[in-house]
Amino acid sequence: MIVFFILAFLTLLFSLLVVTQRNVVHSAMALAATLFVMAVLFLTLDAPMLGVLQILVYAGAIMILILFVIMLLNPLSIEARPAAWWMLGSLGAAALCLQLAALVHRPAVSAEAAVPASFGGPESIAQSLFTDFALPFGLASVLLLVAIIGAVALAQRQR
Amino acid sequence: MQAPIEYYLVLSAVLFAIGVAGVVIRRDVIVILMSIELMLNAVNLTFIAFSRFMGSVEGQVIVFFVMTVAAAEAVVGLAIVISVFRFRQTLDPRDMQLLKW
Amino acid sequence: MIVDLAIVAVKAFLVLFMVLNLAGILGWVERKGSALIQDRIGANRASIFGFAGMGLVNTLIADPIKMLTKEDFIPAHGDRLMHTLAPCLALFPALVTFAVIPFGDVLVVGGREINLQVANLNIGILYIFAMASLSVYGIVIGAWASNNKFSLLGGVRGAAQMVSYEIAMGLSVIGIVIVYGTLEPQAMVRAQGELFWGWLPAWGVVRQPLAFLLFFTAAVAETKRLPFDAPEGESEIVAGYHVEYSGGKFLMFFAGEFAEVVTAAGLVTTLFFGGWQVPYLLRDGFYFPWGSVVSLAPLTVTILQVAAFTVKVLFFCWLQIILRWTLPRFRYDQIMRLGWKMLLPAALVNLFLTAAWIVVRRPV
Repeated sequence: MIVFFILAFLTLLFSLLVVTQRNVVHSAMALAATLFVMAVLFLTLDAPMLGVLQILVYAGAIMILILFVIMLLNPLSIEARPAAWWMLGSLGAAALCLQLAALVHRPAVSAEAAVPASFGGPESIAQSLFTDFALPFGLASVLLLVAIIGAVALAQRQR
Repeated sequence: MQAPIEYYLVLSAVLFAIGVAGVVIRRDVIVILMSIELMLNAVNLTFIAFSRFMGSVEGQVIVFFVMTVAAAEAVVGLAIVISVFRFRQTLDPRDMQLLKW
Repeated sequence: MIVDLAIVAVKAFLVLFMVLNLAGILGWVERKGSALIQDRIGANRASIFGFAGMGLVNTLIADPIKMLTKEDFIPAHGDRLMHTLAPCLALFPALVTFAVIPFGDVLVVGGREINLQVANLNIGILYIFAMASLSVYGIVIGAWASNNKFSLLGGVRGAAQMVSYEIAMGLSVIGIVIVYGTLEPQAMVRAQGELFWGWLPAWGVVRQPLAFLLFFTAAVAETKRLPFDAPEGESEIVAGYHVEYSGGKFLMFFAGEFAEVVTAAGLVTTLFFGGWQVPYLLRDGFYFPWGSVVSLAPLTVTILQVAAFTVKVLFFCWLQIILRWTLPRFRYDQIMRLGWKMLLPAALVNLFLTAAWIVVRRPV
């Protein structure tokens, strides 16, 4: 319980920093920290495989890519903060937050289900992934291929 | 002691709202992309919480797919950012509204 | 409960202590090795009461004191917070990776089983890659926070290089994972205790020779040392991502580099050279293929295993240092071509062949 509160606090702190930091690199590092803390949250929910994948894919690949693009473009501009716009956006987000929180007032499940020790390990995920989700798995790999080709085509210099 | 599921759901809702706020407020395409990642992660947290409390591993498999889509989305999004920056020297979405009527 | 916690703490402390000290000693080996190769004597000036200890005093005492007492310089318009954070981010992944590398078999003391590994994760290999992928942050952030064009160039180069070689590294290990059918380092090492035809140890290098070459090359590239030191490139971009670092922070980058060397050596040993396995040594003694048996006490066996692991790690550290002083630096485009056009296809072919072999051999 205490662990959850510490992790939740850190997650919220870093994610707020993502939105409020005016420097892009600071935002990116805050997001990397958020993703890292969320990986630990996944561990508390018996999802060790996904926790590690979260670090590997999000923090290790996607965030590095974003940082790489930031350095490549090197915009070096600090964003202005129009007060009215920020106020409006924050209010809207708070309203959305209240609405979503109202939805979880009566969740469908209350108690934890009993799970085997191997829950969330590589075997159990692979079992599900390659039997029930074999077709989506294939489609996901095609999606990645399309994304690679699309990215190369978009970012390539026109000759 | 494990925290009850409501806590995880509320945390996820707040994270999602922060992501939405980032998309609405910020005027830097890269930060907007990062806020979208934040929203995707909030959803991931919901999936994993439900997966744990309902005792079925399917939720985690869905998160696996969300990660795949997020990676593809980030790659294509950043490629678009690079090519737009090459033509217009800006990352501000307000300068990218030629197609807006 | 408390005893268990204490055991974990002692193991963690021991591993950290060993890795950090080995990193320090490697600094000395590197100096002496380079001197040997370049026909010099090497560090031998600093001495305590006339005792120079073959340059050990220089490297282990004089150098750290010099670095720690230097001015800690942060460039104007640099980013103070990120500039300080970067060396920590560079050192951290190299140190925590060693947590899942087993340095001995399970030791039974007074009815209590002690697994000679800090953390036994069933996703150990993935954990290693997750941590390795974090080591890019130190370079990129350090480069950016220095507010220096050479730094930034080094950082961009480093990020591209490390991301490229991570892929080849991951794919080459998947072959090994398929062969052993586990992601658990301890189980992998145990599987390497088997024998082929009764005499050849079934080490990873025997089962997957191509994967070993690919993995070792990629691991050297990940440590950003010659011949893959384009991110630093003294002769072209001064010192790359750590141009603007001095004093203690530079020391951390430096220690991080050597810790990465130690970690790479540990990984190669664990995955491909049998980890703590000594050929023909079982739990209660040697069983040689020609039939003779030498019985040993369990504690002796454990000591032999830890010693074997240490010797193997030291060998691969030494190999990396010799490599560094033997090969010239690749040009940046050559590094990229090697990574994407040679290592990656070779790793894919290796993976495909391994998978095909498994399917043929074990029909479902």
